Amino acid sequence: MSRASIGLALLAAILVALPLFAGNYALSVATLILYFAYTGQAWNVMMGFAGQLSLGHALYVGVGAYTAGALFFHYGIGPWVGLWLAILLCVLLGLTIGFLAFRFGISGVYFALLTIAFAEFTRIGFDHLAWTGGPGGMFLRVAQRDTWDIANFRGPPLMYYYAILLLTAGAFLGCFLLLRSKAGYYWQAIRENEEAAQALGINTFRWKMLAVAISSAMTAVSGVFFAFYYNNLFPEQIFHISRSIEIILGPIIGGIGTLFGPILGAAILTLLSDGITDALGALGWEIPGIKQVFYGLVLLAVVMFLPHGIWPAIARRLKL
Amino acid sequence: MPAELVLNVLISGVLTGLVYGLMALGLSVIFGVVRVVNFAHGEMMTIAMYAATVLFAALKLDPFLAMLPIAAAFFIFGYGLQAGLINPFITRPEHSQFMLLVAVAIIMVNAMLMIFGPDARNVQVDYQLESIEIGRILVDKGRLYAALAALIAAAALFAFFKFTLVGKAIRACADNYLGAKVVGLNVKHLYSLTFGLGSVCVAIAGCAMVLLVDVTPPLGPAYTLLAFVIVIVGGMGSMGGALLGGVLIGVSEALAGLFIAPSAKSMFSFGLLILVLLLRPQGLLGRRA
Repeated sequence: MSRASIGLALLAAILVALPLFAGNYALSVATLILYFAYTGQAWNVMMGFAGQLSLGHALYVGVGAYTAGALFFHYGIGPWVGLWLAILLCVLLGLTIGFLAFRFGISGVYFALLTIAFAEFTRIGFDHLAWTGGPGGMFLRVAQRDTWDIANFRGPPLMYYYAILLLTAGAFLGCFLLLRSKAGYYWQAIRENEEAAQALGINTFRWKMLAVAISSAMTAVSGVFFAFYYNNLFPEQIFHISRSIEIILGPIIGGIGTLFGPILGAAILTLLSDGITDALGALGWEIPGIKQVFYGLVLLAVVMFLPHGIWPAIARRLKL
Repeated sequence: MPAELVLNVLISGVLTGLVYGLMALGLSVIFGVVRVVNFAHGEMMTIAMYAATVLFAALKLDPFLAMLPIAAAFFIFGYGLQAGLINPFITRPEHSQFMLLVAVAIIMVNAMLMIFGPDARNVQVDYQLESIEIGRILVDKGRLYAALAALIAAAALFAFFKFTLVGKAIRACADNYLGAKVVGLNVKHLYSLTFGLGSVCVAIAGCAMVLLVDVTPPLGPAYTLLAFVIVIVGGMGSMGGALLGGVLIGVSEALAGLFIAPSAKSMFSFGLLILVLLLRPQGLLGRRA
């Protein structure tokens, strides 16, 4: 076995065993890290692999969350049905945006702004949609916390931890296989030089659409998870551009286009944010905004000094 | 609905739109020359607005007079930001530039929150409540002056790019980066100058805007998005397009607020943005890249 796979097996073992020695708070932090790792991996398929910069991934989280959430809220239909509808809707939405953008030759900054526009448009739309509670939000009934009701995806925090761990591991494995498949090589060719890829006979339109479909489907799942884990949904929170930025910070900090980058980035950012809160609390500097200022400064430093992200720098050092 | 009311709202939309246009002009000029999208644009706008409220509270300085020192400070700040932070990034990929400016925006908006808190601030000058009657139409004096200031600043910028040697040199950088370097232009200095000028637009627009709306920290990200919408609609890098886009968005917001719901107004702006991106991606007055 290579050193990389030994390290990976070790990490997996630690994550599986974590609830044995972690308290409730640590478990909620770990769940949050894995949530961002999974969602960042989903975004990474589109940007890191195929080179299409989306700044509106909150759109898929939101539509996924609201679809499964509303079915449960209004009709008591559990997430195992809602999940597929959420995926279907998000893929259709993603393909529509992709079709419009790629057919009309919109790329780079313009593509990024188009994705923002769709997300913001939907956010304001949901603000005026009475069926989902409008700006006042939608609240799912919080059920029994001590039994594992897998059919309705209600249960103790431990269940959500293992669910998101499974999703993250699945996404990691899936992306590992994708990168080594025909699609993965085509995507990387498109990312590096789209015109050259086209000249080699790659139907770039079709492969970019595939990347969007996979990415939006994966993100829809994190939306469903979000809805049932947090139990409350507000358009202002879930669709906002700052959510889209939050999703993509992890993979960019960790290392864009790498498999481990989204996981490492999510862990660093979540722990950093927590650490700053604790440190400022200990110092008694609890001024609103000060935490985000520190956060921004760290971000600035990483972007300036580690342009390819943290993981490539570590991987080089460890000779992985 | 009475015709006067619609006409009043329409005029107020045009006037507000001109201020929006000046803000977007700054973004457009920066993108047109430096090819970097300033994700901290709206945050800079709120800084200018806060600066105007501070000068007003401390010295009773009218926002139109405060424009001069604030614009000067913003020029230096913009020049420094480009020279110190952004210039090393101009050859890096787009997502890297985006992250840099997002980090700057996060710092700015939260620094405002730290200093001024979450409550809204404004300035109160006597002419804000006065209006001019033209027939049966009422025009707010504050809004009219704000629009005039925006127009004058925009005209000055047009003239600078059209007639001065430095302006021509900046346009040369925008047209052909390599060519500009070959003929010996100091491209990095000119880029910094451009960012400084874009910041001056924001400063003046901010001082004018503070007469029309109260400033809170979340206004920053909202204005960033608004400036993107305007610049895409008008045409990225097109100066006339930014003003036209500003007026269009100002009018559509005002009419949507009147006929549908004030909270739905930006939905129309984003709808307009999607339409323009699809049907005329270079924007109304833009050139095809």
